[in-house]
Amino acid sequence: MIIDFIIFGILGTLAIASALVTISTRHPIVSAMSLVLHFFMLAGIYLTLQAQFIAVLQILVYAGAIMVLVIFVIMLLNLSKEEHHTIKVIPVKAMAILFSIGFALELVTIFLTNKPTQNSLSPNALQNGTAEAISKAFFTSYLVPFEAIGLLLLAAIIGAVILAKRRINQ
Amino acid sequence: MLPIVPLGYYLGLSAIIFIIGSIGVMTRRSAIIIFMSIELMLNSVNLAFVSFSSFLGDTTGQIFVFFIMSVAAAESAVGLAIIIALFRNKQTIYVDEVNLMRW
Repeated sequence: MIIDFIIFGILGTLAIASALVTISTRHPIVSAMSLVLHFFMLAGIYLTLQAQFIAVLQILVYAGAIMVLVIFVIMLLNLSKEEHHTIKVIPVKAMAILFSIGFALELVTIFLTNKPTQNSLSPNALQNGTAEAISKAFFTSYLVPFEAIGLLLLAAIIGAVILAKRRINQ
Repeated sequence: MLPIVPLGYYLGLSAIIFIIGSIGVMTRRSAIIIFMSIELMLNSVNLAFVSFSSFLGDTTGQIFVFFIMSVAAAESAVGLAIIIALFRNKQTIYVDEVNLMRW
């Protein structure tokens, strides 16, 4: 159906545009806001892929929790417009451009030479994307990693508190 | 009715976002922007995982995305704490002005 292409086109274009704004603007807060827009667009793309649970998580975790943290830090540090600077390290930029072009060429070759065999969504994609199917997998075959994630988050909380509290020269 | 946008389109979008993120990491000097570019790259990988998961009819890809999201949340907490500590001690968040570990 043509409407799917239209929706995908709008969401994809906005996602790419907001990603470009994120890395190119000199205001950190504009950058953060366009990243929030990018996360919303990605959540829409997840919905076109029938992955409802991941789409909701994307909004809750990324656009909600992580971006609030980032904006808090930007405001706490009172970051303003990045001043112009002369590029001192040209080799680094050249290397960045070279790496990106190389990576893009590599991806284009992969996509052109390997035609994906799956031309439409799997018929059971809708069932696989529900919270029920995902939690069933979590609490049966992925129970140990699931518990380990809890430990990791605890360690991260403790680490963040200690890092943000302590001063080095004291 | 199932959508008919082919898998290659999703993977192409994911690749473009990954490249944008990597350009951001390598060309910007503000640590916060670099951090956000890393989030962009993580999200593009998530998109590839979810599209493969939906096209192949397998839940495992979405479970990986969940793990990536929780690791990204932990990473963002620690990373922003590092940025705050850096700003406190150096009064800058520009990565080219920090040379504590350069020899």
